[in-house]
Amino acid sequence: MSLLSVSNLVINIGAARPVDGVSFSIAAGECFALLGESGCGKSMTALALMRLLPPGAKVSQGQIEFSGTPLLTLPENRMRQVRGGGIGMIFQEPATSLNPVMRIGHQIGEALALHEQLQGVAARARAVELLTQVGIPDPVRRLDEFPFQLSGGMKQRVMIAMALAGRPRLLIADEPTTALDVTIQAQVLDVLDALRRKQGMAVLLITHDLGVVARMADRVGVMYAGQLIEEAPRAQFFAHPAHPYSIRLFAALPDPARRGGHLATIPGNVPPADTRYTGCRFVDRCTEALPQCRESAPEWRAVTSDQKMRCFLERSTSEKKTDTEKVGSDEATALQGGQAKNAFLAVANGDTATEDNDDAVEPPLLTVNDLRVHFPIRRGLLQRTVGHVRAVDGISLQLRTGRTLALVGESGCGKTTAGKAILQLIPPTAGQVYLNSQPLTGLSVSELRPLRVQMQMIFQDPFASLNPRMRVGDIIAEGMRTLGLQKGSQEDTTQRIAALLGRVGLGAEMASRYPHEFSGGQRQRIAIARALAVNPSLLVCDEPTSALDVSVQAQILNLLAQLQREQQLAFLFITHNIAVVDYLAHEVAVMYLGRIVERGTTDEVLRNPQHPYTQALLAAVLPVHGPVAAVTRLNGEMPSAAKPPHGCHFHPRCPHADVACCTTNPPEVVISATHSARCLKLKN
Amino acid sequence: MSLPFQVVVLWSDALFFGLITAVVMLGMWARRQAPLRQSWARVASDKVAMVSATILAAFLFVGVLDSLHYRAQLDAVPGQAVAQKINYAVEVNSLLDVLLAPLREHPEKTYSAPLATHLFSKEPLPGSIERGFPRLAWGGAHLGQALEHRTIDIVQRSALGAAGGLLLWLGLMSMMRLRFNRHNHATDSAEKIPNGTQSAGAGNTARKTSRRAASHATLFTLLVLFLLAGITIALGSGYHVLGTDKVGQDVLYLSLKSIRTGLLIGTLTTLVMLPVAVLLGILAGYLGGWVDDLIQYAYTTLNSIPGVLLIAAAVLMMQVVIDTHPDWFATSAERADARLLALCLILGMTSWTGLARLLRGETLKLRELEFVQAARAFGVSHFAIMQRHILPNLMHIVLIALVMDFSGLVLAEAVLSYVGVGVDPATISFGTMINAARMELARDPMVWWSLAAAFTFMFILVLAANLLTDAVRDAFDPRTAA
Repeated sequence: MSLLSVSNLVINIGAARPVDGVSFSIAAGECFALLGESGCGKSMTALALMRLLPPGAKVSQGQIEFSGTPLLTLPENRMRQVRGGGIGMIFQEPATSLNPVMRIGHQIGEALALHEQLQGVAARARAVELLTQVGIPDPVRRLDEFPFQLSGGMKQRVMIAMALAGRPRLLIADEPTTALDVTIQAQVLDVLDALRRKQGMAVLLITHDLGVVARMADRVGVMYAGQLIEEAPRAQFFAHPAHPYSIRLFAALPDPARRGGHLATIPGNVPPADTRYTGCRFVDRCTEALPQCRESAPEWRAVTSDQKMRCFLERSTSEKKTDTEKVGSDEATALQGGQAKNAFLAVANGDTATEDNDDAVEPPLLTVNDLRVHFPIRRGLLQRTVGHVRAVDGISLQLRTGRTLALVGESGCGKTTAGKAILQLIPPTAGQVYLNSQPLTGLSVSELRPLRVQMQMIFQDPFASLNPRMRVGDIIAEGMRTLGLQKGSQEDTTQRIAALLGRVGLGAEMASRYPHEFSGGQRQRIAIARALAVNPSLLVCDEPTSALDVSVQAQILNLLAQLQREQQLAFLFITHNIAVVDYLAHEVAVMYLGRIVERGTTDEVLRNPQHPYTQALLAAVLPVHGPVAAVTRLNGEMPSAAKPPHGCHFHPRCPHADVACCTTNPPEVVISATHSARCLKLKN
Repeated sequence: MSLPFQVVVLWSDALFFGLITAVVMLGMWARRQAPLRQSWARVASDKVAMVSATILAAFLFVGVLDSLHYRAQLDAVPGQAVAQKINYAVEVNSLLDVLLAPLREHPEKTYSAPLATHLFSKEPLPGSIERGFPRLAWGGAHLGQALEHRTIDIVQRSALGAAGGLLLWLGLMSMMRLRFNRHNHATDSAEKIPNGTQSAGAGNTARKTSRRAASHATLFTLLVLFLLAGITIALGSGYHVLGTDKVGQDVLYLSLKSIRTGLLIGTLTTLVMLPVAVLLGILAGYLGGWVDDLIQYAYTTLNSIPGVLLIAAAVLMMQVVIDTHPDWFATSAERADARLLALCLILGMTSWTGLARLLRGETLKLRELEFVQAARAFGVSHFAIMQRHILPNLMHIVLIALVMDFSGLVLAEAVLSYVGVGVDPATISFGTMINAARMELARDPMVWWSLAAAFTFMFILVLAANLLTDAVRDAFDPRTAA
C-alpha cells in the first residue's frame, strides 16, 4: 500500500497542458525524486498534490490518493488539515518563504497552533525541539530572531522545521537546495536525509540536479514536457538509463574526462506547454527517432521488472554504452562542419590559431597585482564611514592568451566583484591590473574606452543582461558603435551582425527580434555574440551557465570552448560549479572571503587540494557516479566581509585551525611551479 | 487686405498647434520605421483602443475648432471719412463660436432645464402681478402657444437629426469602403508574394480579422457620434439641449468651450512637467552621489510646501504682473490666455516631483541590471546609457503617469478655480462650471444639468484617454506584445 498514489494527472492552463498524464506512487519512508528541466511540469505536479495550483490552472483529469483518501474531492477545510499535517512542503527560495517581519518562533508557532494545538510554553518547547532536529545551533536564541538575522542555509532549515511542525508523513521538497552554496547544500541534504530515516517520512524531491538525486533518492522519475518518461530505482537509473533523453542528460554533464572535447548536447529546447503532440514528445530532439515515433505516442511500458519508460526503442544493456559514446562523436562531427563554416571569420578577425608551445616566453595577457575593492559602510546623519566591506582583499592573478582561469568560490566570496573590478566596472580601491602590459587602473573613462575592445564580459542572468526594449541586432551592434568599430556602411554592420549570430549558432533573421522571444540558452548566445562583436582577447564570464538547464549548459560550454580554440580567447571564468571548472578550465584559483586561498592548474587543485577550504569545497560536491565521499562537512557559513576574522579568514570554520591561524594572515606557500596555497599548516 | 477678419494667434493656440504638428510629424516618421509601424498596427487592431481614439479625435476636433481665433472686422462708422484704418472688434472669437452662434447669441434670463420652454424659477410675469414660469426667449419659442406639441416636436426633430446623422455616416462609409477596397486589393497582392509559409499566413489572417473587428468598432462609434451630433444639432436649433446656467448661457455651449481648456491644461502642463521629471528623475537615480542629494533635496523641499499655497502665490504674482502691464495685451482674450499659460507653467513646475521620485526609484533598480553593466563594459557614455537603456525601460511608467496626471490636472484646475486662483473668470472651463454647480446643487429644487454636463464630458474625455494609453502601453511593451 503506497502512501501517495497519483494516477493519470492532467493539469490544464487554458488549452495548454503543463502536466499531461503523470502517474507515480510513493511508499511510506521512501524518497522519490522528480527530475527534469525547467518548464517540464514538475513543480506544477507538486502544487497539484497540495491543491495549491495558481489561478487559471486546474486539474482536469486524474486521481490523487494520500493514504487512502482521494485529495481532489476533499472539502477545503479537510484539505487544510492535510496541508502541513499530512503533507509538508518546502520551497526553493528560503529568503522569500519566510515572513520578514515575524520572529522565527512565531512563524513556527503558527504551524504548531494549527496542527498540534500547542500554545505558549509548550509550543515554544516544541519549536526548540524542531530547530534542534534540523541542526540549528543555539535554538532558544534563534526563536526570537527575525529572518534577516539568519543566513540562507539557516532559513532553509527553519523552513524545514516549519514543515515538520505538523509531523507530516510526506514532505515535498521543491528544489530545496538550488539557491544554496555547495557546502550549505551538503548540510541541508544531510539534515533532510537524517530526518527521513529517523521519522520514516516519505520525501518527494523535485530537482534538476543529478547530484542531489544520486545523494538522496530511492527511486527516480524523469519528467519531460509534462509526462513521466522514465521511472527506475536510483541504482538502476544511474547504471543503465533507458530513455534517450536520460542518456543524453548524463552525457551533457561536464566531466573532466571530456576536457577539451565536446559535451553531448540535446539540440533545441523543451517544447512550450501549449504544443500539440501526435507522436513522442522528445522526437524533435532525439537522434534515434524511428518513423513510428512521429506517428504515435509511445506507451508507458516496463523495460525491466522495476524500470519503466515511454519509448519505442528496444535496447540491451550492452548497447547503451556505445550509444553514449556515439552521441559524443556525433556532436564532434557536427561541430567540425560548424568550424569550417566559421573559418573565414576567424581569418577575417586576424586570429591565427597558434599552438601555445611557447608558454613560458609569452607575457601574460592579464596580470592582477594585489587587487583590493573595499566598499565604505556609511552610517548616521553625516554619512560618516564607519567601516569597509572588504569584498576583494588583495588578489593576484595571471592569465595567458587562449587559456581559461576559473575563479571558484561560494556566493559572497567576492569573485564577481573581482571580475568587475578587473574590467574597471567597479573602481578598485588598491592594486594594479595590466592588460597586455598596459595598466588599466587609474585611467579616465575616455582613456579606458579604446582598451575596452580587448576585454568584455558575459553575465550570469541572461534575462537581465539584455535590454528588453532593444532589438537583438541593436544589442549586438551597440559595442561596435560605441567603440568606433562600425567603419563600413549600414550594410556592413548588418552583415557583421548576421555573421556573429551565425557564429553563436543563431539565425541572421533573429537580429530584428526582441530578447523576450528567446529562451535562456539563446539569450546567453546573444550575450556572447554581443561580447564577441568587438573582438576581445579577454572574456570575463560571470557564471554564464548557472541559470541554464543541464542540456543547454552543455551547448553554451561547447560554444565557449570552440570560440577559445578558434580565436585564442582568454577566459576568466567565475563560477561555483566545480564540474564546469573541471571540464573547461586550465587553471583554477579558489577564493574565500576576498582572498585567493589556493591556485594552480586544474589537475593540481582539484586532484590534490592542499588548502582545507578547497578540500571541504570539493568534498561537498555531490558526485553523480559513485558513493558520496564520507568526509567531515564544513560547519557554519562564510562570515560577513564587513567583519572578516583576523588572521586566516578561514580559521573559524577550519578543522585544523590553531592559535597562530587566528592572528597571522598566511603567506603563499609554493607547492610546485604552478601550484600554491595560503595555509600556515602547509609550512611543515 | 480684403479679409473681413483678422486672424488672432494666441500663445496657447500656437503651442497647441505646435504640439499637434509635432505629433503628426512623429507619426509620419513612425510610419517609416517598420518596428514602430508594427506596434501601432497592434494598437489599430485593438477594439477598445480604436473606440477611445475615435472619441478622443472628436474631442480634439472640437478643441482645434476652438483654437482658430479671429477678430471680426467692424463696419465702418458712418460719417467718418473713408476708413483709412479698418477697425476690428475687441472680442476674439473662434471658429467654434461661429458654428455655435445660435447657442451663444440667444441667452435666456437665468436657469432653464434641458429642452425646457419655460424658465426654471418663478418670476413676476410681464403684464400681471402673478408670479409664474415665464416663457424662454429662445428655447421652444418656435412652438408659439402650441405647447402641447413640444413632445412631438422633440421627437420629430430628434428623428430628423438622427436621419441626417445616419445619412452622413452612410455617405462617409461608402466613400471609405471604396478607398478601403482599392487599398486592400493593392496590399493583398503585395503581401501574397513574401508570405510563403503557412504559419505567417495564419498569423496574418488572425491579425486581419482583429483589424476588421476594430475597424467595425470604430465605424460603430462614428455612427453613435454622428447620430448624437445630428440629434443635438436638430434639437439645438430650437431648444437649449442641456439647459442654461445662472446667467442664461447655454450649457451645451459652455461644455463644448470647456473642452479646449481641459485639453490645454492637460497637455501643456504635462509638456512642462515631463522633461523636468524625466531628466531629474533619471539623473538622480543613475548618477547618485551629490546629484542625487541635490535633486532629492529640491523635490523634498517643494513637496513639503502645501501645493495649493505655492500655486496660489505664484498665480497671484503672475496676476499682478499681468494687471500692471495692460499694454501687453490687445484684448481680454489674450490676457485670459496669458493667465491660462501661466497656470499651466506653475502647475507643471509643482507637479513633477511625484513622477521624478517614481522614476528615480526605478532607475536605481535598472542601473544595477546586467544590461546596463554590459553597456558600461563597452564604454558607452553615461548620457547614451540613460537615453538608450534607462529611458525606454521607464516609458511605461511615464505613459501611465501622463494619463493619470492628465485627469488629475483637469481636476486640479477645478480646485484652483474654486480657491480663485485658477483660470481667468472669463475663460470657460470644466472647473468653473463645476465650481458654479456648488451653489446650484444647494438650491431646491436642484439644478443638476450643468454639473451633469461637465461631469459627463470630463468623464468621457478622461476615460477615453485612459483606455487608449492602456492599449498603447500594451502594444509597445515587447514582453506583452507577443
